[in-house]
Amino acid sequence: MAMTARERARVSKIAQIAIFIIVVAILLISMNWPKVLDSFFAFDKIGPMFPDLLIVGLKNTIFYTAISFAFGLTLGLILALMKMASFGPYRWFATGYIEFFRGVPALLVLLALGYGLPSAFPEAKWPYAVVVMVSLGLVAAAYIAETLRAGLQAVPKGQTEAARSLGMPAWRAMVTIVIPQAFRIVLPPLTNEIILLTKDTSLAFILGSVAGQYELTKFGRDGITSLGAGITPLVVAGAVYLVITVPLSLLTRRMESKTGRGKR
Amino acid sequence: MNAAPTSEFKAAGVEISGLQKSYGSVKVLKGIDLNVKPGEVVCLIGPSGSGKSTLLRCVNLLEQPNGGTINVGGFEATDPDVDIDKMRRKVGMVFQQFNLFPHLTVLENCTVAQLKVLKRKKSDADAKALENLEKVGLGHLATRYPSELSGGQQQRVAIARALSMDPSLMLFDEPTSALDPETVGDVLSIMRNLAKDGMTMLVVTHEMAFARDVADRVFFMDGGVVVESGPAAEVIGNPQQPRTKDFLSRVLDPTHVDIGND
Repeated sequence: MAMTARERARVSKIAQIAIFIIVVAILLISMNWPKVLDSFFAFDKIGPMFPDLLIVGLKNTIFYTAISFAFGLTLGLILALMKMASFGPYRWFATGYIEFFRGVPALLVLLALGYGLPSAFPEAKWPYAVVVMVSLGLVAAAYIAETLRAGLQAVPKGQTEAARSLGMPAWRAMVTIVIPQAFRIVLPPLTNEIILLTKDTSLAFILGSVAGQYELTKFGRDGITSLGAGITPLVVAGAVYLVITVPLSLLTRRMESKTGRGKR
Repeated sequence: MNAAPTSEFKAAGVEISGLQKSYGSVKVLKGIDLNVKPGEVVCLIGPSGSGKSTLLRCVNLLEQPNGGTINVGGFEATDPDVDIDKMRRKVGMVFQQFNLFPHLTVLENCTVAQLKVLKRKKSDADAKALENLEKVGLGHLATRYPSELSGGQQQRVAIARALSMDPSLMLFDEPTSALDPETVGDVLSIMRNLAKDGMTMLVVTHEMAFARDVADRVFFMDGGVVVESGPAAEVIGNPQQPRTKDFLSRVLDPTHVDIGND
């Protein structure tokens, strides 16, 4: 078959478009449309979700994300520094911690702590938000630690040497010279971590919460049973998640293209 | 010897004896004796891998020596109890790769250690930084960031940054090796002026003209030992050791190749 490269490219492009159209068409034709519209897009019935979905659900989702992130960032920084420490046991602990919490599902940690903390420390009170913060924060810390370590190590060694040669003690060189530079490097991946955490807060309802503690997913689930709108409430809750995550994602991309343009 | 108060640390000399340094089983420095008198300019020359930079980095303990002693202006640098940060305040260092802080402006590069280490007042630190930036001819770039400067300008800022700590001794680690040829002259002339002002300087360099004109003494190193040392004019103009002769003939006349047809 004597086709030029240009012809081959055109045929391939047409084939790709055709396959795409055929797949979409089959799906659209075989779908039960009245049912789909009824259970996914019954927007006329979701009125009762508002305004609580936003003033309680959205607020709580953001709140749980924020406290979990603050906890995870603090712990993650400690773990990152431990992982770079010259003292062996620190490194081993950090490595073990990171491997463990990256390996187990967040849901499992949430359940284990939700039931485990109150029985382990029966004297202490364990407010719902604290359990969520600790559980999700413990998991996030493992990822954040690796991100921060990579960021700190991406700062050239010459920066520390220059700082030390000016008489700065090691901690001062770290705080004034290395961390600010590392922070710029890790800002995009950290924002990504916030997006993941935002979504993970949807697991929190599993512990059983009361009205004022509901986050977006809980509202969505309750809507399914109470509104008779099929799973439209979940579609709505999902859209609210996107309102949080898409801007963050765009922000990440902007920061990445900015750092990509490059210092030095 | 006790660590002298910083007020007495004025014109710092360096006394190095029997200095050894290895990386694993590789011996980089095999017993170096070297001294720099206060106000003196000493150049270290030699082929790459000869240990010159390692020796220089040992002086302010960026490398930890494995043996021997280093005394810098009364500070026994190799004494494990010495306050190394206190010593480093008086020892300025200029790196081959400049190592300016990219997140700080030119002025902040020159003030950050004054503020955080010497605890100077902001106004004093700024004045000192500007004075030194003027000295290197870059006062007008104080508000720029390092990434906006050429390599030569960055190295001049690095010199101003080191000078802003009022050092008694300046270490230069191949300060012009990473520069475009046309900017080398600016950096060298600043170093020349420093030497003229009486700064004690230990310089690792490949600039033989600079070493010959500015240095009081030159140490030629090869394979981790000092092969030959003495007044600059003698070592460079009339080397005695075959290895020194060979090295100088190569760097002074880069077209010289031993293929026996010249």
